[in-house]
Amino acid sequence: MSDLAQSVSDTRTITRRNLTRLRRQPDSIVFGIIQSVMFVLLFAFVFGGAIAVPGGGDYTNYLMGGIFVQTVAFTCATTCVAMADDLSRGLFDRFRSLPMARSAVLAGRTFADLAFAGVTTVAMALTGLLVGWRTDAPALSVMGAFALLALFAYAFLWIGAVIGLSVRSVEVAQTAGLIWLFPLTFMSNAFVPLESMPTWLQPIAAWNPISSVAAAVRELFGNVPAGYVPPDYWPLQNPVLSSVLWCLVILAVFVPLGVTRYRRAASR
Amino acid sequence: MSAITAENLVKVFPSRSGEVRALDGVDLDVPAGSVLGLLGPNGAGKTTAVRILATLMAPDAGRATVNGIDVASDPQGVRRSIGLSGQYSAVDEYLTGRENLEMVARLYHLPMAQARARAAELLAEFDLVEAADRAAKTYSGGMRRRLDLAGALVARPPIIFLDEPTTGLDPRSRIGLWEVIEGLVAKGTTVLLTTQYLDEADKLADTIAVVDRGRVIARGTSDQLKAEVGGERLAVTVPAGQMTDARVVLEALATGTIDADEHSHQLVAPVSGGAATLLEAVRAFDDRHVEILDIGLRRPTLDDVFLQLTGHHAEADGRAGAGPTPPGGASGTVTAATADVPPSDSQQEAH
Repeated sequence: MSDLAQSVSDTRTITRRNLTRLRRQPDSIVFGIIQSVMFVLLFAFVFGGAIAVPGGGDYTNYLMGGIFVQTVAFTCATTCVAMADDLSRGLFDRFRSLPMARSAVLAGRTFADLAFAGVTTVAMALTGLLVGWRTDAPALSVMGAFALLALFAYAFLWIGAVIGLSVRSVEVAQTAGLIWLFPLTFMSNAFVPLESMPTWLQPIAAWNPISSVAAAVRELFGNVPAGYVPPDYWPLQNPVLSSVLWCLVILAVFVPLGVTRYRRAASR
Repeated sequence: MSAITAENLVKVFPSRSGEVRALDGVDLDVPAGSVLGLLGPNGAGKTTAVRILATLMAPDAGRATVNGIDVASDPQGVRRSIGLSGQYSAVDEYLTGRENLEMVARLYHLPMAQARARAAELLAEFDLVEAADRAAKTYSGGMRRRLDLAGALVARPPIIFLDEPTTGLDPRSRIGLWEVIEGLVAKGTTVLLTTQYLDEADKLADTIAVVDRGRVIARGTSDQLKAEVGGERLAVTVPAGQMTDARVVLEALATGTIDADEHSHQLVAPVSGGAATLLEAVRAFDDRHVEILDIGLRRPTLDDVFLQLTGHHAEADGRAGAGPTPPGGASGTVTAATADVPPSDSQQEAH
């Protein structure tokens, strides 16, 4: 078997292992779904009346782009904990003593968690439709939105994996995997428009990858009101392009970092 | 031919109080088809040695080969020749026994059909057929260890590493696992096992390397190590208040260090002369009005070897373990770091 064929085969084996684990812990899937449904309902009903959408659109339509991005970003906390948990167990020693591809453990982890993010995304989409979210974009564009969400989720899962490999215990991973996501998602256009933020915060929010992806997803879902002029920042004027670039940059940094960390974790 | 060699392995870990030399120049040579037992207490460096040889960790100095392959330059090659069964069961709790073995087989790149067949074969061999399709988290400790060991054998490796294979197991599972390991050895597998149990090394290993504080302090067969200590042991148990009197009696008969355990009121002295010495001892105790609760002669155990070599017991049970701290005023405290038999007027003070 060639090196590449081996990596693919090993990644498939580890992905399958993680998906089986996920299936045997249905409560983790159930709570993942409850959490995403809860976020949609909370934001739609609590902020729905309070936030004016620039360009005069419906807040639920504005919200869904943001909440999709927020929820898939939060999936990386799951990856972080799972990685730290795996690392603390004897099974990782077994993996390291096998003649398998070094990258397979990480790739298998992130692919399985991507599937999990897919499940929660479907739950959110259904909840969104129930509370009035509508998309009138062409099917290809809607598929593009979900594809972009998947790419973004996958890139973020690698950040979670790297944090999980860097911390010293599962308990730390539970916090470390999560806290940075709050400022990141709230200092963005995910829930409130950039225009309502103080001027000093606006450039930060504009160059936040969450904002790019939220804006791109809104555009692809056809949830941007006609006549809306995006703020004068390049990433928000080219949301799809800037989102893809952000994802590629994150992957270019965190994939090699993750593989290096995994190797080094061996000598702990 | 050597299955495993190690030359001057050094591994240093940073710690709060500077650094710990987990391995401080370890040399090993394990002939193919033999069993080497690394015997030592917790923290002696046994696990570190196994992790380096199994390519989980790089040494800070020294070199090692496994199956003729250098661990530093070709770790993947080494991984193809070994099976590792670690101190903590390398088992996925949410997968069934069968799924665990099939996963490992797939990671050794066996085709699916072969992976299935090999898993079924191992489940039968390790008496796990009934539990095969249950999640491993429902397994008992002994079953987990068997599944773990089965995982290490999936690719029929010529060399296996067993890191404390029976730690935490009940006596029955322990004997069961010993039988499995003996079966492997009978088929020609080279085994390097670590243990802190003297009876385990005695039972399984062809050669024993006694490890203490990152160094091999003695090596040889079980019999050689026992011979190094020499003679028999006279063990006597007396009432608590008569320990001192009993010691005086034994000093006249002992050929080496007397080991006293305050807790069980037992004194152990190396002696020569067999039954005659036993009779002499009984008379001497009687003369001094020392009551004998129990007395007997026995062959030296590996624990005696360890005590002789290191000045402390192998198993961490709180006995005389502090070794180097001399009790106040006692001049004769011996904490021998070499295999030399200490002069008979020296005493290992118990505290």
